[in-house]
Amino acid sequence: MSLLAMQAVTGGYGEADVLHGVSLRVEPGEVVVIVGPNGAGKSTAMKAVFGLLRLRGGTITFDGQDITGWKPDRIVRRGICFVPQTDNVFPTLTVQENLEMGAYVRDDDIRPAMERVFALFPPLREKRRQAAGTLSGGQRQMVAMGRALMLEPKLLLLDEPTAGLSPIFIDQIFEIVRQVNAAGIGILMVEQNAKQALAIADRGYVMAQGANRHEGSGAELLADREVAEMFLGG
Amino acid sequence: MEVLQLLIYGVVLGGIIALGAIGVSLTFGILGFANFSHGDLMSAGAYVALIFFTTLAWPLWIALPIAVMATAALAVVIDRSLYRWFRSRQPVILLISSFGVALMLRALVQIFWGPDTITYQTGIQMPYRFAGLRIRPDQVTILVCTVLLVLAVHLFLQKTKMGKAMRAMADNPGLARLSGIDTERVVLWTWVLGGSLAGAAGVFLGLDTRLHPEMGWHLLLPIFAAAILGGIGKPYGAIAGGLVIGIVQETSTLFLAPAYKPAIAFAILVVMLLVRPTGLFAGRSTV
Repeated sequence: MSLLAMQAVTGGYGEADVLHGVSLRVEPGEVVVIVGPNGAGKSTAMKAVFGLLRLRGGTITFDGQDITGWKPDRIVRRGICFVPQTDNVFPTLTVQENLEMGAYVRDDDIRPAMERVFALFPPLREKRRQAAGTLSGGQRQMVAMGRALMLEPKLLLLDEPTAGLSPIFIDQIFEIVRQVNAAGIGILMVEQNAKQALAIADRGYVMAQGANRHEGSGAELLADREVAEMFLGG
Repeated sequence: MEVLQLLIYGVVLGGIIALGAIGVSLTFGILGFANFSHGDLMSAGAYVALIFFTTLAWPLWIALPIAVMATAALAVVIDRSLYRWFRSRQPVILLISSFGVALMLRALVQIFWGPDTITYQTGIQMPYRFAGLRIRPDQVTILVCTVLLVLAVHLFLQKTKMGKAMRAMADNPGLARLSGIDTERVVLWTWVLGGSLAGAAGVFLGLDTRLHPEMGWHLLLPIFAAAILGGIGKPYGAIAGGLVIGIVQETSTLFLAPAYKPAIAFAILVVMLLVRPTGLFAGRSTV
């Protein structure tokens, strides 16, 4: 059974549809990457999973349960966390408070989860009392991912986690994605750095004009000449 | 000496403004609209205290908490019955409806208590004197209560889960929702907090001066100036902004007729919006 399955999802933000029949799935423990040109609806597809879209058709199931039309707070409780591309930290809250907010729906002891996040992102431990807004871009991305991991989700949605970061940080982020995944968390990721992302992906989807066009393993998509010419910039 | 004396008055007024500004700043940060009814919420609190403190002659330490709770309840009722329905609409609709609420609250106060000024207690209070400075017992009460309230707000915002969620939502409402924070609950508590502080500020304003149906409305401009000065959406900025506005307003009477006090607040507001629209403490980055 798939961890996440989108079936023929159509919908958009207002009157006009952005997605025209998107079908994709994430198996337990997989890293799945969505690539494609700007305006293809990659991020929109991800927002649809998280209940941020007005859906006009299709179904979304998670872990065997139909979550179509659920509100974000209910989806979070079910075990999916979403890291938006921008504005993904609480700038005036300290690093530690940001992490606490990630675990807002939990009533149990969150210290072990916080320890795991600090182990994954050592710089955050030192800066735990610093306001997140004062951190560098790379560290802020760590806070954003750390916040999402505080819930110990089954599936993590990452919207262009490397956008605007320097190459050193990009490598770091991909390494962290791999580590997070190694802990058994499924990952669905939208990425501009398609080649690097597909290299660590179990599977990938190429989206264009609001629908998925190609599907394959990361290596297959990288090797596919047509895909390469159309979407990966040669 | 004259300056020090005005400084005392400024801190008293500044504390009252700060209590109002915290509520305005939080409702702006969390709900995204400028609440024009906040001043009249203060008036409502002041007049509720009048029933218990003056009419029933109960002590202030009973009348004040009743007024505070009544104002908080009033703020919640207004939100549930009116603002809630406009939440997903444009902020300007909320702003205009809050203006309507302001008029309604003021009219209600006038229906029950009339348009004239009233005092909580008649007679003359002998001020305490030290080193040539004067301070009335009422003003001491106001200062002590304000400090305690600000301290309580600080502990609430820093130490409790709801307080942190409130700051988180003022910071980034979208991310708060994505984190699973129950935003309607945060909104409810924001009105409880803002309403409570407005109620207390109204009572203090009545103690410091007199009660009048427009007392809160007249303080709305300095309150907004304070909230913007501190960076709107930031409760701590609002406290600092309130003190600055209060002190500047009072010390300005050294050079200007007291009637110009609101003009001073307005001047600060305009200069701030031109020079540093994000506030002294670098308000929200998204503006």
